[in-house]
Parts: sequence; C-alpha cells; structure tokens
Amino acid sequence: MNSETKPIAKTPSQEMRSQLLKSKTFLLGNLGVAFWAICAIAPGLIVNRDPAEQNLIKKWTHPFTDGFVLGTDRSGRDVLSRAIYGAREIMFIAPAATILGVVVGVMLGLVMGYLGRVVDDILSRIIEALISLPVILVALLALTVLDAGRATIIGVIGFLFAPLIARTVRAAVLAERNLDYVRCAELSGENSLYVMFVEILPNIFGPIIVEFTVRLGYAVFTMAGLSFIGFGTQPGSPDWGRTIFDERTSLLSNVWWPSIIPAIALASLVVSINLIADAIQGVVDK
Amino acid sequence: MSEPTLEFENLKLAYMVRGTAREVLRGVSFAIQPGEAYGLVGESGCGKSTAAYAAIRSLPRNARVLSGAVRLAGRDVLSLKKNELRDLRANTVSMVYQDPSQALNPTIRVGPQLIESFTVMGVDKHEALKRSKAILHKVQIADPDVVMDRFPHQLSGGMQQRVVIAMALACDPKLLILDEPTTGLDVTVEAEVLDLIRNIRTEYGTSVLFISHNLSVVRSICDKVGVLYAGKLVEEGSAQNVFEHAVHPYTIGLLKCLPTHGLRKDAQRLSTIPGFLPSLGADLPTCVFVERCSFADETCRTVVPQWRSLGTSSVRCHHAEKVAGSPGENEIAGVPVEINRKIKPILELVNVSKSFHQGGQSFKAVQDVSLSLYAGETLGLVGESGSGKTTLAHTLLGLHAADAGGKILCDGKELLPGRRRRTLEQIRAIQIVFQNPDSALNRRRSVRKIITRTLKHLARVAPEEIDSRLRSVIAAVRLTDGHLDMRPGQLSGGLKQRVAIARAYAGQPRVMVCDEPTSSLDVSVQAAILNLLADMQRESNTSYLFISHDLRVVRYLSDRIAVLYLGRIMEVGPAERVFDGPHHPYTEALLSAVTSTTSTTTSRIKLEGEIPSSMSPPSGCVFHTRCPRRLDGDICSTVEPPLTTTPDGGVMRCHIPFEKLGGRV
Repeated sequence: MNSETKPIAKTPSQEMRSQLLKSKTFLLGNLGVAFWAICAIAPGLIVNRDPAEQNLIKKWTHPFTDGFVLGTDRSGRDVLSRAIYGAREIMFIAPAATILGVVVGVMLGLVMGYLGRVVDDILSRIIEALISLPVILVALLALTVLDAGRATIIGVIGFLFAPLIARTVRAAVLAERNLDYVRCAELSGENSLYVMFVEILPNIFGPIIVEFTVRLGYAVFTMAGLSFIGFGTQPGSPDWGRTIFDERTSLLSNVWWPSIIPAIALASLVVSINLIADAIQGVVDK
Repeated sequence: MSEPTLEFENLKLAYMVRGTAREVLRGVSFAIQPGEAYGLVGESGCGKSTAAYAAIRSLPRNARVLSGAVRLAGRDVLSLKKNELRDLRANTVSMVYQDPSQALNPTIRVGPQLIESFTVMGVDKHEALKRSKAILHKVQIADPDVVMDRFPHQLSGGMQQRVVIAMALACDPKLLILDEPTTGLDVTVEAEVLDLIRNIRTEYGTSVLFISHNLSVVRSICDKVGVLYAGKLVEEGSAQNVFEHAVHPYTIGLLKCLPTHGLRKDAQRLSTIPGFLPSLGADLPTCVFVERCSFADETCRTVVPQWRSLGTSSVRCHHAEKVAGSPGENEIAGVPVEINRKIKPILELVNVSKSFHQGGQSFKAVQDVSLSLYAGETLGLVGESGSGKTTLAHTLLGLHAADAGGKILCDGKELLPGRRRRTLEQIRAIQIVFQNPDSALNRRRSVRKIITRTLKHLARVAPEEIDSRLRSVIAAVRLTDGHLDMRPGQLSGGLKQRVAIARAYAGQPRVMVCDEPTSSLDVSVQAAILNLLADMQRESNTSYLFISHDLRVVRYLSDRIAVLYLGRIMEVGPAERVFDGPHHPYTEALLSAVTSTTSTTTSRIKLEGEIPSSMSPPSGCVFHTRCPRRLDGDICSTVEPPLTTTPDGGVMRCHIPFEKLGGRV
C-alpha cells in the first residue's frame, strides 16, 4: 500500500550542511580560521625566525628590508614571526573559554526553559544580575585576586559568557517545550533529564552553534583586551594584545608596523569567525 | 457573453528550487464570469493557492511564469507595470486569507486599519470613517463603534474574519479571492461566515474565487467548481453537477473519502485514494492522475487526455463514460463490534474539574465532568473551541493535575492527578495521538528510534523481543521496514500520523485519546487514518476518546458521544441518538451548522453571540445566552438544569423534557 519508501526530503541537518557548503561567507570564514589554527598549532611551518630573537641594531627595520617581510619592532624582533606565533595563546584560550561558557550556559538554559516556574524565576534573576556586571571589571578583579594563569582567564571568560548563552538557550527551549513530542516523551514516563538532554537538546543545536561562534568572536576580543592591559600573558610574549600595547608608542615615531600588523591579525581572526557565525545564522534561521 | 472577470489562459508556472524549475501549475485555464462564484478544490500541494496568488501576481520570488496569461477585468495581470498592478490591487481585486489573526496588524486598532483601506483609494478621512461604519454594518457587525475601538486580539476569530472581509469589500472589488476563509474556524462560526459571503454575493454581485480543500463548503457557496490535481484542472462544471454526478476518478475518489451523513465504521469502510500526490515538478507527460487511478490503461499512459464535455461538466479523462457507468465500486463493509457495557468500564471520570489561574482570577476550564468508557468503545467528544475538550483530555492524561474532589479511575484503580505521581503502568494505560504529527514527533529522531524507545522504556519489552515487536507495530500501522530509518521530515503528513499512532500503540494502552488526529490531513489521507484507527481498535480492543471538530468524522468513529459546552457536559448518549435526536439544543445548533456535499444548505439554526468566557460563565444554564429554544420565564437564566438520565442510558442537561427536544426532521 504505502510502498513509496523514497524519502521526500533531506533531513534538516543534511539540508543545512549542503547549504553551508555552498555559502561563500562560510568558506571564506573557515579559510581565515583554519589559517590561524595552523599558525597556532605549527607556526614553524609558516615562518622560520624565532619571534623572541632580539637584534637591537636592526630595530624598526621597514617592511621588505633585509629579509624582514613585515619589518622589526623596537627590539629588532621579526614582526611577521611574532604575528604568527601570537595566535598561539588566543587560539587556545578563546575556544576553551567559549566551550566552557557554552556547556554551562546550555545546561542552565535547558533547566530554566524546561522546568520553568520557580527554578526559572530564581535563575533568571541571578543571570540578569551577572549580565549587568562589566566584563573587564570582573575579569580584572578575578585575575588580581586569583593566580593570573591560563586557567583563570578561561574560567573568567567562560563564567561571564555562560549567562548570555543560557538566555539564548532558554528562549529556544521555551519554543520546543510547547511542541507535542515533549508531551509524548512525558507520557512515556521519561524523566526530566532525559527529556531535556536527549529529546530537546538535539533540536536546539542550531541556535547553540550560532551562539558558540558569536561568543567565540567576543572571547577573542576579550582575551586580547585583557592581555592589552597586561593580564594573562608574560611580558615579551608575542600575543597580539600585548604586542599592540608594547608597540603602540612607536606609532608616534611613524613606525606603524609593529602595532598595526598584530591588530590586523586580530581583526582578521574576529572577522573570519563572524563570517562563519553569519553564515550559520542565515542557514539556521531559514 | 460579457467579458469574464478573471480568466486564466493555459497558465504554466514553476518554482525555482536550487536552479531547477519545478512546475506547479501545468497549464491551468478557467474563467469566472461577472457575479459568478468559482470554487477551486483539491488536496494540499495541488496548486490552489498558487493559482490564487497568480491572479493578483503576488508570487514568491522564486516563481516563474513559463507560459500562458492571466486576465483580470480585461487587463493582462502578468505584464502590468508596478504602479498599474498596485492600482489593480487597490481597486479591482481583494483577497481574504485563511488566518484572520495574521491578516490584521496586532498593534493597530481595528478602526484605523479599516479606515486605511478607504484612504488608499483617495477618500478623505471623514468620509472614510463614515464608510467604515457602514461596511461593518454590511458584514453584520451590530456595533461598529465598539469593534473599531478594539485591537484585533480582542475579537473572536469569526469577528476578525468579518473585519477582514469588510476591508476586502472596501474598494467594491470586481473579484473577491477567498483562500480557505473558514479553515480553522468552528463550525458555528464557519456557517456564519459562509452566510455572510452568500449575502455579499447577492448584494454586491461580486465575482468570487473560492479556494478550499473542504468540498462541502465549496458546494454551499459556489456556482461553478474546478477540480485541481497536480497543477492541472481535471474536471470543471456547475457545483451541483460536479458534486452529484462527478465524472473524473479523482473527484469521485475525493467525494467518497468523506464520511458522508450517517456513515458509521461498522457499516462501511471509507474509500481511499491509493498512492500519493506526485511531488512538485515531477515529470507528468500524460494523464496526471494515472498512477492512482483504478481505470488507468495504456492509453492513459501515452495520450494526454483533452477536455471533453459530458452533460454540463467538462472532464479530462479518457474513460469518463466507463467511470460514470461503473457502479459504486468496491464498497467494503465494516465489521460490527459488540461492546459489552455490563462489565465495569475501563475508564471512569467522576466529577472531574480543572481550574486555571490567570491574572489573579481563577476559572474552571472543565467543571464536574463525569464520563465512562468501556473496553473497545469510542467516545466522541465534541464542542466548539474553548469548550474544554483538550483540557479534559490533558487532565485525564495527567499533563496537568485535576482539581481535588474529582476522581479518575482506570480499571477500577484511582489515578492520582498529574503524571509525575502516577506509576509507569498507569501512564502506559492512557496514551494520546495529537493533531499535528509534525509537532508530536521529534524531528531529530528516526522512526525506528522513536518507537524503540517507547517499547523499551514505556512497554518494558525485553531487549531480544524489541525487534519483533517493532516490526509488528510498524506492520499494524501499514508502514514498511523502509520507513524505519527515515526522520519525520522525510515522510508525508499521513505517514507521519501513522508513526504517531504506532508510538501511542507501542505501549499497548487501554485508552487512547485522539485529539483531532485527522484535522491537519487531506481528506484522502484522513479516510485511510480513520480506517486504520477503526481496524486497530477492533484488533486490540482499545478504547478511544475521540476529539474532533468535524462532526461527520466523530459520527463515523464514535459509539457514544459527549457534548461539551463551557467545560460542562451538555449531553451524553449513543451516537445515533445524539445525531438524530432528540438532542440538546446546543447539539442541534452544532449539527445544523455542518455543510454537506450532497445538498446546499437549507435553513439553519443560528447561535446568537459569542461563546461566553469561562471567567464569568452565565448564570443558570450556561447555554441560555445563545440557546434558540430558551423557555419562557426565567428558569433557564436562573436555575442550572441537573443532568438527567435519558432512556438510552445517557445524560442530558436541559430544562426541556427529553421527549420534547428537537430531532432531525
């Protein structure tokens, strides 16, 4: 009778994948992120100069002179090598912090959205209070009080992002919760944890991925900002934020490259991430 | 003959999907004469709405006209310039959409919205206000000032649709396009809107293009009908002719799928149309219906059928004479089932109430409902929207907790209110099939996963038996192994509903709540699902609580019927008695609002006013404010009638003695 077993459409995830692969912004963004990921994992493949090697005689060499493609800084260090090596810290800390924020935020959002009522009321108020705190101030406070290592930075950024993510996830859960499949699961005697994490969670992957990419961009910025004001990285480290801070005064002597190059590097990473976020958002919203 | 108001000339239209053109309209030609009402019918996906939008050239961006023409009041719609098109839409044609709550701007009061439809034509403000009031009178709104001062959400669905129709009439259009204008409205409201449309036609002489999947509604409104299938008209003729002497196999199939007046499951199975509507843009070089037609032969597969005249209808079929001459083919008799009401009922509700709190006020959505349900029996639950049908079902399932004081007994054991306090065994005993399978199935899971989980977790089937049980459940709902690894999004609506039924059945429930299980489906699919539900009930002796706004569907499946109004039981009784009488005045009014494909509407009992709010139910009999049989004196408005037992073992809540209540004439 119903012999027609040919699928009449692709599954939503197949459809999304094929649309993403056709999107130019998505490909371009991935190209940018992939480049910086390679720089972070194996900078030696791209440049062979040590980013810490000083040569004061050659300080402030112009780009394309003496074999320094992007010139040297105030200590005669190779700007190109430093820009490439500068991706290391940020490409580890920003994703780690974002993942932490997403994991915590998704759990909070699921609980708030699904259980609702008192639980939602209490958690919502706490989250609103947390969101109202200025990010940099909290980060400064935490880094001053606690040991200013990688773990603290990851923890602080993750902790500050979790409430924002929780709110987005909560809204997505509220829409799902009204669908009848949730009723069906409840009437199969499933407990709340199963309904939240096994039934609902896969259906809100879309907004979660969008949130992840958007937050990743912010995390890169926050991390760069913190190292710009001297937290989280050691003096002399090639990290972009720190380098921009260290070299910013040479702009006054018309030596732009030591500070502008890392700034461009930072911008290219953030723009690439945002291109991906945009493309995914476009597909998810459809 | 004068020039037609709307004329389609061999219109071929395609949607571009990822670079390929998918043909939606495969050469549609028809004409609507001035003052004529033309109905376009067919199942979803056959191109009805696309045709309507093409008439005013309001097509999605990916639509491409391949060939043909559309002429509206003598002008070629498809070649008009932007400003000419705007002018045409402002002055010559109006459209009414399915959902009035979406057609009105929720943030603007009704008055300004209505006045705007006059001012766009250049009428000055003062005059526009005057005309707005006049037009609201025309659509039978008694107090225009009050309505104009309201926001759309403060009006009921029927009132909103009247306002939309009023706006459509503002320009005194030559053509009024109505796209499923009553779908989603209650039968009583539907009947009012249809009356209104009929009055407008006689008064204004407007031509109407009426689009609906509901054949009986079209029958009651239209002079002429065109049956659309896969983007091609297959039959056209006067409404009376097409419905009474349908010639094309598709039209005949559609008409037969409907549970017609008085048809019952034990008397006859519903006919279905085998197979599926061809997918959008599929290659259909010959007769478009050939794959699903029982008359199809080699000619049908090689030669395109041309229009042929048969009596007053035209039809595109090679075998029209043969089809017309064939007797009512293979009507399969149903299997009568004896229900034993002497033993204890499976399910008993005693004085069940459910109140909700809203803004500090509390109101009873369901009040003191007592019902019983026997093994293998179907109890139909009817009433307008807002009567508490779904609330009652959800309370029964434990999705929300019933108020203290009532009792729900299943197999003689009391069920605690709220599913969290019930045992797995008790949860398993009562299951539900929801209206919309898109919502009821987790779209991220395969059919196999959905059903296996229920078998494993709810039915506690041993791991080694799961596979065989899965196969038997799937076979019971007439799905094949090939469907197991598909996700819901890859299945058609009817197949999805089968999966939802399989899931509900997987736990072998004693009672199944069917909440409008066929309302979102096409008629041919509806027939198959109703047959399936009847078969499965007979095989498993499950009891059904069947909720539907479609009274014919309820009658087809139900053994007994309970009528709910404002959360209270108005009457309960055997299906035949409730339908044929003597019945409650409310039931009488509901029944008289039902349109039929076999006859045009005769006189109908009108319900005055709106369904009252359950926040402040009327005193005495809650129905007295709208009751057409209200007794003289004030007994109805002061004393709530008790539930009295009727001779057939049912109950009735009315002051009028049972013998004097109305019946079908």
